[in-house]
Amino acid sequence: MNESSKEIKRTAALMGAPRGLGSHTAKQGQTMLGAEAVIASLEAEGVDVLFGYPGGQAIRLYDALYSSTQLHHILARHEQGAVHMADGYARATGRPGVVIVTSGPGATNTVTGIATACMDSVPLVVITGQVPRGAIGTDSFQESDIVGITMPVVKHSFLLKSTDDLCSTIRDAFHIAVTGRPGPVLIDIPSDLLGAKMVFEYPDEVNLPSYKPTYKGNAKQIRAAAEAIKEAGRPVLYAGGGVIISDAQEELIQLAELMQIPVVTTLMGKGGMPASHALNLGAVGMHGSKYANLALTQSDLIIAAGARFSDRVTGKLSEFAPNAKVIHIDIDPAEIGKIREAQIPIVGDLKGVLGSLVDVLQKDDAQPRTQAWVSQLMEWKERFPLYHRSLEENPNTIVPELVMQELSDQLDPENSIVVTEVGQHQMWATQFINREKPRTFLSSGGLGTMGFGFPAAIGAAIARPGTQVVCIAGDGSFQMNSQEMATAAINGVPVKVLILDNRCLGMVHQWQKLFYEERYSNTLLDDNPDFVKLADAYSWQGERVSDPAEMPAAIKRMLEADGPYLLDVMIERDQNVYPMVPGGRALDDILGAIDVAVGAVRTEMPGAPASSPCAALDAQFGGRWEVNPQDKGQRTGVLVDGRWIPAAEAAAMGVACDNSCWQCDPECPLTAKEDN
Amino acid sequence: MEAQRHILSVTVENKSGVLSRVTGLISRRGFNIESLSVGLTEDPTMSRITAIVDADDMGYEQITKQLHKLISVYKISDLTNDAAIERELVLYKVSAAPEKRGEIIELSNIFRASIVDVGKHSLTIAATGTEEKLKGLEDLLRAYGIKETVRTGKIAMSRNTKD
Repeated sequence: MNESSKEIKRTAALMGAPRGLGSHTAKQGQTMLGAEAVIASLEAEGVDVLFGYPGGQAIRLYDALYSSTQLHHILARHEQGAVHMADGYARATGRPGVVIVTSGPGATNTVTGIATACMDSVPLVVITGQVPRGAIGTDSFQESDIVGITMPVVKHSFLLKSTDDLCSTIRDAFHIAVTGRPGPVLIDIPSDLLGAKMVFEYPDEVNLPSYKPTYKGNAKQIRAAAEAIKEAGRPVLYAGGGVIISDAQEELIQLAELMQIPVVTTLMGKGGMPASHALNLGAVGMHGSKYANLALTQSDLIIAAGARFSDRVTGKLSEFAPNAKVIHIDIDPAEIGKIREAQIPIVGDLKGVLGSLVDVLQKDDAQPRTQAWVSQLMEWKERFPLYHRSLEENPNTIVPELVMQELSDQLDPENSIVVTEVGQHQMWATQFINREKPRTFLSSGGLGTMGFGFPAAIGAAIARPGTQVVCIAGDGSFQMNSQEMATAAINGVPVKVLILDNRCLGMVHQWQKLFYEERYSNTLLDDNPDFVKLADAYSWQGERVSDPAEMPAAIKRMLEADGPYLLDVMIERDQNVYPMVPGGRALDDILGAIDVAVGAVRTEMPGAPASSPCAALDAQFGGRWEVNPQDKGQRTGVLVDGRWIPAAEAAAMGVACDNSCWQCDPECPLTAKEDN
Repeated sequence: MEAQRHILSVTVENKSGVLSRVTGLISRRGFNIESLSVGLTEDPTMSRITAIVDADDMGYEQITKQLHKLISVYKISDLTNDAAIERELVLYKVSAAPEKRGEIIELSNIFRASIVDVGKHSLTIAATGTEEKLKGLEDLLRAYGIKETVRTGKIAMSRNTKD
């Protein structure tokens, strides 16, 4: 596809026009049942796949669906699974995901899926069957007020009252779902309307006078932003999910390169900036890297690009980036100024706004003045890596960080999608899975829905056939929707599931370890099923690996397998995700970051007694004694024949200082070298 | 930041469920609605909701921005600081022994309120006006014993300053 046709398609999508033939289908003008008109409307919208589960009040829809040659329906094993699949489909493509379910429990089972999509701005159209109009409000069988129940978690919803509005309502729903800040739209259709005769007249236009999203950024504000960027010495581009939704990767890279601005990404923004790009500092926030968090904290200008200052990013708000001015670009005006005051607010479509910013800066022949800042960040990046092989790990157990690195290395960065569940594995995946392109890393960010990842991976794999789709799961979250293994098997979806199996609810377990005196209340999952046997039961292939030496080959076997495949990777229970900013603490108050300058050990480990006379030193030198009380760690000393000799011992041996310490201890007994 | 009383005039689609979208959103975002009234506008496809909420500046900005996001909302005006006309209708049922009736009727006349019903031992008074005026009347009526009060909630409209 050439550039211009891409542009046309995008513009059409922006305006929310039908992706299908709209009013030009063969069915236009025909008399048909309401249910047939719903199916014809979906066809007119260009829908190819939908997800769902039948039931009494949706039976007419399913009857009409039976004769459709265009629509391919994926039967989930639970309505929640169906919504997450549609969500995965939408995240992988940008097209709206479509769901059909029945009334009552069918409808209420969609709530978590809809809320997940709403929090992460994912376009969905969810069609629920409802009891006949005459029975509404009588507590009839399988009746639920799904419009009322979902009101806080949809972008908009409709309760259809007449077949006259059927086509226009579906048109409006698709338009609303994909335009502006995308989101889920629900249409509740009483079943008597599905059985009523009507004439199918599908509109191409919508009539929504009260809904006019702002796409074009205000030129004056863009000019002001350009001036602020020119003046900034320590700017940071804080890229969120808006980069992906708005397809703004190209413009983001241009701006970053033009003004040499480092980029940090949120969980939703991962893939918005290529991992291989020198200016990409990667994940920021609670489990982001120390260098990314320091970048935000010390910046003098934050350019928030489609990001919303989530509490998982900012940490303690009053200490978040205290010296930074904020340029906040978002299509949703309600996000601007909600959490952090923006000195330069810009409401608009990110792609266009970033593009205009680049244009203005280029016209001004603006020169970057961030050299010192970038080199400082690069130094930190070297100094505080997310993992270091020299960490003393048990050589007989598999290290989750290394599993993620291995998987990342084996995946084709251009042609693979990684989907995560929610928990520790999600954070490790965020830290270590390298992504080059948007829509290749799918994760439940806002709602943090365990049980999202696996069905979403099925949806993504259906949306992008031929693309390797891997779901990284925890043993806890996988069990929340493992019934969808049947859906993958029956539909031949070659999705891969890699379980980082620690036999516990790792993230809560970690908090209990760090903040609740190791009282592991209800987080131990010793009675997990045998996942390999479970895979077998669903006609999947499966394998368990617990030998670190076998792990790379096991991942290779998984990726090369033809059909769905489950790899159960056994890791230690007591693994914590580091670095970590504890909830409510400042973003630079980081536990467990690795510091290469002191011998690649984790620093600021939790629980180190502050009263120790060596506390400062221990913190500086890794606090390894906290991990292993016998190990007093590296403090001041010298290297003799590659062996570390503590300062006191070295002084007794008569060895002079070799300047190998990160920082001098004023009390150090070693004599300084002459040439210093 | 200090909380301030805001009179919001929200023009919405005249469709079922819209009121609950608007009020649900306000309460969901942590604000209390002090007074509420809804009615048709000059255009029968639209309704106007007049709501009074207590919010600081940031909170008020959030409420209006979030309300604007509702597909059913056309327009929001803040009539707090505007030159706006504010009215409320209140019905008071006041204990009135026959010998007190005259006094109460006289009081009502002073406030241009009208007697809309008379019982053996009570009078029902309909009063319209601003908050201060109604409070003044209510204070005086309390001396006789108010048995029941019903209020419509405030409505407000901007003055014709542009004409």
